[in-house]
Amino acid sequence: MCLGVPGRVLSREQEDGLLMGRVDFGGVSRKVCLEHVQDVVPGDYVLVHVGFALSRIDADEARKIFELLSELDQLGELQEPSTSLDVNPERQR
Amino acid sequence: MRRLEPSESRRLAEHWASQIAGSTTRPWKIMEVCGGQTQTIVKFGLDQLLPSQIELVHGPGCPVCVTPLEMIDRALAIAQVPDVIFCSFGDMLRVPGTQGDLLDLKARGADIRVLYSPLDALTIARQHPARRVVFFAIGFETTAPANAMAIYQAERRGLTNFSALCSHVLAPPAMRAILQDPEQRVQAFLGPGHVCSVMGLSEYEPIAAQFSVPIVVTGFEPLDLLEGICLAVQHLEAGRSGVDNQYARVVQHRGNSSSQALVARVFEVCDRKWRGIGLLPNSGLRIRDEYRVHDAVSVFELGELTAEEPGECISGHILRGLKKPTDCPAFGNRCTPESPLGATMVSSEGACAAYHAYGRRSEPLIRLARGAAGVSS
Amino acid sequence: MSAACPVPLGRYSHIVLGHGSGGRLSEELLEQVFLPALSSPVLARLEDQALLPFPREPGARLAFTTDSFVVSPLFFPGGDIGRLAVCGTVNDLCVGGAVAHSLSAAFVLEEGLLIDDLRRIVTSMAATCREAGVQIVAGDTKVVERGKADGVFITTSGVGVVPVGRSLSISNARVGDDLLVSGPIGDHGVSILSVREGFDFETTLLSDCAPLASLTQTMLEISPNIRCMRDPTRGGISGVLHDIARQSRVGIWIDEARVPVRDEVRAASDMLGLDPLYIACEGRLIAAIAPEDSDRVLSAVRAHPLGRGAALIGKVVGDQPGLVRMRSRVGGERIVPLLSGEQLPRIC
Repeated sequence: MCLGVPGRVLSREQEDGLLMGRVDFGGVSRKVCLEHVQDVVPGDYVLVHVGFALSRIDADEARKIFELLSELDQLGELQEPSTSLDVNPERQR
Repeated sequence: MRRLEPSESRRLAEHWASQIAGSTTRPWKIMEVCGGQTQTIVKFGLDQLLPSQIELVHGPGCPVCVTPLEMIDRALAIAQVPDVIFCSFGDMLRVPGTQGDLLDLKARGADIRVLYSPLDALTIARQHPARRVVFFAIGFETTAPANAMAIYQAERRGLTNFSALCSHVLAPPAMRAILQDPEQRVQAFLGPGHVCSVMGLSEYEPIAAQFSVPIVVTGFEPLDLLEGICLAVQHLEAGRSGVDNQYARVVQHRGNSSSQALVARVFEVCDRKWRGIGLLPNSGLRIRDEYRVHDAVSVFELGELTAEEPGECISGHILRGLKKPTDCPAFGNRCTPESPLGATMVSSEGACAAYHAYGRRSEPLIRLARGAAGVSS
Repeated sequence: MSAACPVPLGRYSHIVLGHGSGGRLSEELLEQVFLPALSSPVLARLEDQALLPFPREPGARLAFTTDSFVVSPLFFPGGDIGRLAVCGTVNDLCVGGAVAHSLSAAFVLEEGLLIDDLRRIVTSMAATCREAGVQIVAGDTKVVERGKADGVFITTSGVGVVPVGRSLSISNARVGDDLLVSGPIGDHGVSILSVREGFDFETTLLSDCAPLASLTQTMLEISPNIRCMRDPTRGGISGVLHDIARQSRVGIWIDEARVPVRDEVRAASDMLGLDPLYIACEGRLIAAIAPEDSDRVLSAVRAHPLGRGAALIGKVVGDQPGLVRMRSRVGGERIVPLLSGEQLPRIC
């Protein structure tokens, strides 16, 4: 259930007594109801489900995956992942 | 925030896979609650990256699958009323009732519109004051705030031509039902990430304590699920129970209190019948009396409807994690996405539909790439 | 003289039933809307049929195809129904190795269609024909009552010539062939969704609708070992890959990490719960190419204006014929199913 997608808040405005905003999902933007995330400002990220923002995304938490990536890079923990198709291992690109 | 490159996703996936393999010393059975999580697992072949001792079992978190047959029939009846504009999420269009589905009705001239958001149904209601606009409000707690907002705004703005047909279900009672079932052997849960973004974690703590299970609230991206599985395995290996939060970037302990308040204002908890499972007390939401004029059940007096399920269907067992789709003799032959017999085949994220779509006709195909993925068992 | 009212076209801003009745109004529509835009020597003769020269080269074959276009809305970011109608038929000819030559265009107009809109559509068709190096040599117009056609339906048929020695076929793919896609997938489908009721979202994404004549010519000049080409329209690239797998009786593997998808398409797909593999393109092709030529063809495609972002996305294999499988970006694998029916947006 629950297709929720992160998007970046571009603007916020009152509309008919409801806080609405324009949210960008990466080249595609839509009007989203921000009524339950009152403290967001443009530049913040929100989790959007059916045109409704459910929560503000915590930037520090979101960054952790990139921190993990650079740790892994530094540790050289893993070999370069294979980029060629397994079905024809001689063809490397 | 940016998207990960495919090579970065691959690197992180291999990291989690090796962490999981390194932590696993015994067989474990883990259930992911949400249908969306099931879809991700099957779509990305995540179980192929796990040691064979980890068994992933699919849960009942598919609101489309668990919508009772009578509710579908009610929707079909309302959609046929001449002045009605029937609005729905795309998911419900192909769910068959006792006689046909919404898509059939659309083909035969009913005004049925697929919408992305319940708030768009309010716009339609405003644009067509002489027509009655009905929104098919299904979902778990994740969708409840948006549906509640639509009803609340309709009330505020005097949109008396708008009503919602509500079939909301709640996640914790479903998890309790699974854990209380003497046949079940689920040892840990990947909790519903977006449900928890609304409701927070506090409902899950008593469940984890009562049944001594770890519940790791998890997101929906493939890497979220791998990390969630890793945490679950580590808790299981250490004999720890309790609630953990893998999805901390979205989920806070208290959830969203404004959403909770609005949901409580517009809806009240009620008993609900779950297709394939049966009646679960206090497991659903219904629209409160104060908003009765926006409750399609009152507006369109259809009375009690009853409907019979095909006898052959084992959805109940699948939704409770007791059986897999491949255990069903009708799977893939008498029961397919084009002609589903029951709950878990009707929705694209029901376990049977997901298995069928992604080719899980038989076990050998699942083990397909263990070697290629470089996972040691 | 008929009893038709001799009212000049200029009086009407919208199509009326009289425009389809074969009388003065029909003639005026032809002379004032269609001919000025689509002028070709053949069309200007206003015969009941177009006479075209027959290919002289022994072994050359005539290619012939037809397609109908019913897209709504008529105008979408990056294109319109007219452009689509020309591209669709031209592309069907070109991917079969033909040099596209001439088209016919039949219009079913809805009573009430703005004549200015019709002008825009026909002008767009003319420009697209010039781009593709083809001409419209025959046409027809009918008018139906309000409500019986979404503005306008267009059917185009096309002829072209396949030179001797060239035989591309959907059943020609062989084990070991590489699979090429000429650019990012799903642009057209998403641009249409962005202007459909019920979803509206804003994007700068344009439909990829384009005639592929010069791209296919370039590719076929580089290599005689292109087994088949097809343009993924309805059903997306999944549809074409399944066609190849089924007709050539081979298996197919694709690598998710290599399939080019624009950020906007990914964003819209995530938001609506759609899979880009099934979203329509209108200016892309998939080709199965012998492995010894695939790198050269890829370079040539990438150097072509319609081939930026081209990639080799997969391989033809011998096991599990008929099946299309994908290696996901995190390493796990799955089958790519053939979609039954339309892909619907979902919330779950």
